[in-house]
Amino acid sequence: MKLYCLSGHPTLPCNVLKFKSTTIMLDCGLDTTSVLNFLPLPLVHSPRLSKLPGWVSKDGTLNLEKKELLDLSTIDVILISNYHCMMALPYITEHTGFTGTVYATEPTLQIGRLLMEELVNFMERVPKAQSATCWKNKEIQRMLPGPLKDAVEVWTWKRCYSMQEVNSALSKVQLVGYSQKVELFGAVQVSPLSSGYSLGSSNWIIQSHYEKVSYVSGSSLLTTHPQPMDQSSLKNSDVLILTGLTQMPTANPDGMLGEFCSNLAMTIRAGGNVLVPCYSSGVIYDLLECLYQFIESANLGTTPFYFISPVANSSLEFSQIFAEWLCHNKQSKVYLPEPPFPHAELIQTNKLKHYPSIHGDFSSEFRQPCVVFTGHPSLRFGDVVHFMELWGKSSLNTIIFTEPDFSYLDALAPYQPLAMKCVYCPIDTRLNFHQVSKLLKEVQPLHVVCPEQYTQPPLTQSHRSDLMLELQPPPMPYRRCSVLNLPFRRCYERVYILPELANSLVPSEIKPGVSLATVSAVLHSKDNKHTLQVSVLPPSKKRKRVMEEPPVVLAPKPLLSGAVPLDAFLATLQKHGITEVKVEETADGHILHLQAEDTLIQLEEDGTHIVCDNNEPLRTTLRDLVLRFLQKL
Amino acid sequence: MPEIKVTPLGAGQDVGRSCILVSIGGKNIMLDCGMHMGFNDDRRFPDFSYITQNGRLTEFLDCVIISHFHLDHCGALPFMSEMVGYDGPIYMTHPTKAICPILLEDFRKITVDKKGETNFFTSQMIKDCMKKVVPLNLHQTVQVDDELEIKAYYAGHVLGAAMVHIKVGSESVVYTGDYNMTPDRHLGAAWIDKCRPDMLISESTYATTIRDSKRCRERDFLKKVHESIERGGKVLIPVFALGRAQELCILLETFWERMNLKAPIYFSTGLTEKANHYYKLFITWTNQKIRKTFVQRNMFEFKHIKPFDRSYADNPGPMVVFATPGMLHAGQSLQIFKKWAGNEKNMVIMPGYCVQGTIGHKILNGQRKLEMEGRATLDVKLQVEYMSFSAHADAKGIMQLIRMAEPRNMLLVHGEAAKMEFLKGKIEQEFSIDCYMPANGETTTVTTNPSVPVDISLNLLKREMALGGPLPDPKKPRAMHGTLIMKENSLKLVSSEQALKELGLNEHQLRFTCRVQLQDPHSDNDTLHRIYTHLKSVLKGYTIQHLPDGTVMVESIVIKVSSSAEDANTKVLLLSWSYQDEDLGSFLSTLLKKGLPSGLC
Repeated sequence: MKLYCLSGHPTLPCNVLKFKSTTIMLDCGLDTTSVLNFLPLPLVHSPRLSKLPGWVSKDGTLNLEKKELLDLSTIDVILISNYHCMMALPYITEHTGFTGTVYATEPTLQIGRLLMEELVNFMERVPKAQSATCWKNKEIQRMLPGPLKDAVEVWTWKRCYSMQEVNSALSKVQLVGYSQKVELFGAVQVSPLSSGYSLGSSNWIIQSHYEKVSYVSGSSLLTTHPQPMDQSSLKNSDVLILTGLTQMPTANPDGMLGEFCSNLAMTIRAGGNVLVPCYSSGVIYDLLECLYQFIESANLGTTPFYFISPVANSSLEFSQIFAEWLCHNKQSKVYLPEPPFPHAELIQTNKLKHYPSIHGDFSSEFRQPCVVFTGHPSLRFGDVVHFMELWGKSSLNTIIFTEPDFSYLDALAPYQPLAMKCVYCPIDTRLNFHQVSKLLKEVQPLHVVCPEQYTQPPLTQSHRSDLMLELQPPPMPYRRCSVLNLPFRRCYERVYILPELANSLVPSEIKPGVSLATVSAVLHSKDNKHTLQVSVLPPSKKRKRVMEEPPVVLAPKPLLSGAVPLDAFLATLQKHGITEVKVEETADGHILHLQAEDTLIQLEEDGTHIVCDNNEPLRTTLRDLVLRFLQKL
Repeated sequence: MPEIKVTPLGAGQDVGRSCILVSIGGKNIMLDCGMHMGFNDDRRFPDFSYITQNGRLTEFLDCVIISHFHLDHCGALPFMSEMVGYDGPIYMTHPTKAICPILLEDFRKITVDKKGETNFFTSQMIKDCMKKVVPLNLHQTVQVDDELEIKAYYAGHVLGAAMVHIKVGSESVVYTGDYNMTPDRHLGAAWIDKCRPDMLISESTYATTIRDSKRCRERDFLKKVHESIERGGKVLIPVFALGRAQELCILLETFWERMNLKAPIYFSTGLTEKANHYYKLFITWTNQKIRKTFVQRNMFEFKHIKPFDRSYADNPGPMVVFATPGMLHAGQSLQIFKKWAGNEKNMVIMPGYCVQGTIGHKILNGQRKLEMEGRATLDVKLQVEYMSFSAHADAKGIMQLIRMAEPRNMLLVHGEAAKMEFLKGKIEQEFSIDCYMPANGETTTVTTNPSVPVDISLNLLKREMALGGPLPDPKKPRAMHGTLIMKENSLKLVSSEQALKELGLNEHQLRFTCRVQLQDPHSDNDTLHRIYTHLKSVLKGYTIQHLPDGTVMVESIVIKVSSSAEDANTKVLLLSWSYQDEDLGSFLSTLLKKGLPSGLC
């Protein structure tokens, strides 16, 4: 069993597990941090930005060393754990000869589709006359200004996919429900478990009858909107692959939420606008729910909240229809029936408005001061670019970062100098180190595999030994492009004995509680399922001159066990008319000399040797007598 | 032999009060717990005394599964759990869990408040009963206990309807509940994978109908409504708030849009908004078309259908009104009916079943003069139409499901005996499987023949698969040999050598040695070589080696040659073999006794 690690990003993992001749890709996250190397894509022509020296390109990198490490066309299935970890799907399903199936839950598929749609939309509505690729040449790249100069492997950076590729990729998705058992080729069973991180997010169990691998990716123990994490099903794993821990181990999500609200209120009261760069699904639901409770008490009842994204409406609508995937509280609301998320009420009362983009209705209905939720959190593309240009120069306004994926300083760099206030309240609900060690203590996997980043404290806080995994035995770290041999020794496989054969077996008790039966049967293996059935031998031809033909070995004789007791054996010999026996004692046993027949039988603890010339009938008789005392296996 | 037993307490050769007991692998499961619309006495509920005469059912049942929210499938649930007594888990899907208590409460109100029955379950009992419900997700494998697992499949019939796959060890049963194999206006088609259950328990409402004429019925319905509207009449459609009402609303809504009709459609207040809301929140359970477009246009947000106000009933001009309850026995639907009954231009369409004693039942039976309270009589002049909109699989659909699931046995419930008989014949003929149709209280037993799962050592399996070659050869079946070790609960199949090792047993070597005298005037070495050549020609397909230490090995049989002390031409061959090579050893000794053929070099 091998694990190929294609991504070094701990929260956007991409691993390939080879297990019992199936090749399973675990997630395919799209690392978009490379867009920080580019200038923002403005919606409206900006003289300032266009005067800045630099390079503008379309987004995206997926750093896979496909060719060298592994042939991606051999992948049988892709298991998706949450919608953030599937953004690279079109690159894999569309350009590698992939012919397998992708498994994901329904919310993961639907919201993943929305996020991809949004990304494509952001890119395509600002088409560029030309796109440069020559700079990716190493020679030229060296001459570019930093930090682009120092970026590694830029040739793996790719252009954004198209909507057509997204649709084609997503058509390969097969929907699964939590705890559904999916058989892969009869060899392996995979099953998603609730991971508590986002709508439909899942951890995966990959198991056969004897081995169990758990894949934990992006889990949360906090009570937010999704169904709570299923921990108990992770028990008894041989290997637990641990990815997607919190990126903000020192930031408490609750505290951040409080800070978010207070900064928001302060800015609005002072007459400024608040900009929240965020993804269109996920934490935004919690932010809106928090604001719903906060608005009245903070006297913000008249402040308009805008959510601007090509998929804003869809995201808000979809969140309301996945009752099965929500936490208990929200589920019981549906039984009333009420929408599970309070943003329905915010929309109804016109406090929250959503627009596909800043063009159209929004420009006429827009009132200030206001709060705007919009993407993309990298500040490089999407409607957020426009608001940065619009509000950046006033110190009344505030930008509040809630998404932890991008460094906010890097994100803001091209907009400097900036007068607007910046508040950094990253909210990452994923497991922190304290929670994960408690979890591991609970589920007790034999081995843990994790990104190497988790085995040492963060670079910036090297003294914080609490910000790493300390386990016994130590976790097996991986980095990008490593290939791990997972410590597995498969010993058994499941075989089914058909009833007819089972009935014909004759068990004999060897020791108390232990019985044995010799099995001679025909093995049928089909679709990785093995069955044993009664062997129907071809009718043997009655051969007159048997000895002319050598015997066909159909059944090798069984092994023998036990010992032949001397006295009992002598008595048996006597019964068969062999009376003249001279017994001689040796170091290891006895030698019996059958004088009349001129035959020797050597009896020892672990062996019997019959020396008999020219008397085949006698030999076979003796053989059968000896066999009476022995157990056949 | 392991057995599966199925006993219908209700719905055996009948429609109504579905309740089927299944015993499988030592587990007892109750499938549905419904009431019978046709009875007002004890026969209304299944006869739970069949399970036990005295007291609670908890210890006799491992779980209860409810397939969907129709009262003939869940109407007896609070009675069973609260009045008879059952505290175990009750499984149903999320939409069923949401909607079922509302219908139960409705049912309770009609029975207790209107008919004045006592000794009936209370609102509190419904609540307590619902607390025992564990929600099921589609395709989720729920482990009821260590051995019993259940899995729900989409059934289409109504919002949240499910089929269940019940599995204990390698035995399994599928219960369909009510299902529909063709997608309709708001729901998708039932689907199940090829799970090959030992028994498929299917409804058979439309066992003899070959083509579901739902489309025709819909057209009929629209035509009648349209005609009535055209001539300025008013149309009353008494419905229950959930289920059929939404389907008919979608039907009328799309028709109004297409035909650009202006006549108002009203939905009696109260549950309306709420009911539609359930459909909006459980949109993932509807058909693909509705699901795909719900963001742009939610099918359950009706443009043409507006809330009804009592005063509207006297408005002039045509209109269509959906009013509760569905059997015209009380409430708004009855009030409107009284107002409109006198005008022959008007029409009432009964889209569902009506219980005896209700006005709905009376007018459907052709009664034109109704006695109202206070001795007043009401002349019924308006048109009365009956139209069934229930979505069940027809005979073709049932056959299609059998093809999907490939059961080993078939059992029919929820249908009329005569129709079942017909379908039973067809199933037995087409699929060559046994088909049963027990009456209520009658037990069907089928024996299952499960194969025995065993752990085979990977070494043995791999060795065997390598020897067997890539493809099995039907002409030359290879027998595999091994030892089955039975210890406590584990069954392990290993090679004999490994079995010895694992059990700490010593191996006993049984060897045979045989001297054969041979006249052969050659040197010892030449004789040996001649033997080698001879055996090579006789024994095809065996490994024969001439070893430098002066022996010939045939497989593991050792042959040595020495000259006799007296006569150098008489050679003594020493054959030695172990018991495992007995057949070959015996053959060789006989062969060599006959001497070597002369033509050997």
